[in-house]
Amino acid sequence: MIVAKQKPLEEIIEEVKDFNRILIAGCNECVTVCEAGGRKEVAVLASSLRMYFAKEGLDRKVDEVTLQRQCDSEYLEEIRSIVDDYDAILSLACGAGVQFMAEKYPKKIVLPGLDTLFMGVTEERGVWSERCQGCGQCILSYTAGICPISRCAKRLLNGPCGGATKGHCEIDKDVPCAWNLIIERLKELNRLSDYEKLISIKDWSTERAGGPRRITREDVR
Amino acid sequence: MRLGYPPSIRIVLVPCTGKVDLIHILRSFEKGADGVCVIGCLEGDCRYQGGNLRARKRVEKAQEILEKIGFSGERVRMYNLSSSDAPKFVRFMTEMDELIRNLGPNPIKSTGGQR
Repeated sequence: MIVAKQKPLEEIIEEVKDFNRILIAGCNECVTVCEAGGRKEVAVLASSLRMYFAKEGLDRKVDEVTLQRQCDSEYLEEIRSIVDDYDAILSLACGAGVQFMAEKYPKKIVLPGLDTLFMGVTEERGVWSERCQGCGQCILSYTAGICPISRCAKRLLNGPCGGATKGHCEIDKDVPCAWNLIIERLKELNRLSDYEKLISIKDWSTERAGGPRRITREDVR
Repeated sequence: MRLGYPPSIRIVLVPCTGKVDLIHILRSFEKGADGVCVIGCLEGDCRYQGGNLRARKRVEKAQEILEKIGFSGERVRMYNLSSSDAPKFVRFMTEMDELIRNLGPNPIKSTGGQR
């Protein structure tokens, strides 16, 4: 899932304080799972903003809606009939959702309520960590299912580097060394011989370095 | 044991404090409550294992939000007591009543912003 976290309340207040009618739009997918922008978080933020404005003596309208997804046109269409009732939409979707909302409603001010962080997993409730950087050319079959692109600070294809200590990365002693994890897992899988195979130079043009990416599939269009 | 407690206190029953969500606390203030206290079982005595511990975290989150929007975070509190300990209940409620009277009414009431 895409993992995001809510912006500090002070920053959100600064974003929205000059608008009289605000619609807070949540998203029912990734940001609901990472408890940053689902129905519940929308309700809490809306309540907080309503109280803030009321305390300041400002007459503001703050309403709530949560869409199934903000990265698909059909769900964004669901609010077409009400968007004109608002001066600004505060989207609690990931960066993709915020942008698609703005594309769909070009005359509406669309503001982000979250900081989008990474593609990752729920380690336990309240703990999310990165697993994928969308490099466009998956090498997990060579690395025992552990991604050195997203989990090694240096993105080494043939690691570890000399900075690892007791299985942890030099950037932070709480960050496991991805290559240590790979070697340990290869051992468990009885495939340590795979470690001897050098991974060749990666074509980074499929990654973000190649510019904004787009795929077109004629078979499903 | 017919003990009295301040008449300003309104009791909302929940099956376990683990049921109390952040939004319940915030809505109480939005609707004009001057203070909210969540009263759970003693820590370690939750019938559902950790409901009162979850409630405490939510109370702390509510305190943080209230501070940020210019309310006093002290307006929300977590208490733990045994359901048979009436004198302690009265003591806590009296303390809460005094605390809120010192803090004054919910700030949104003075601006006429109560919904």
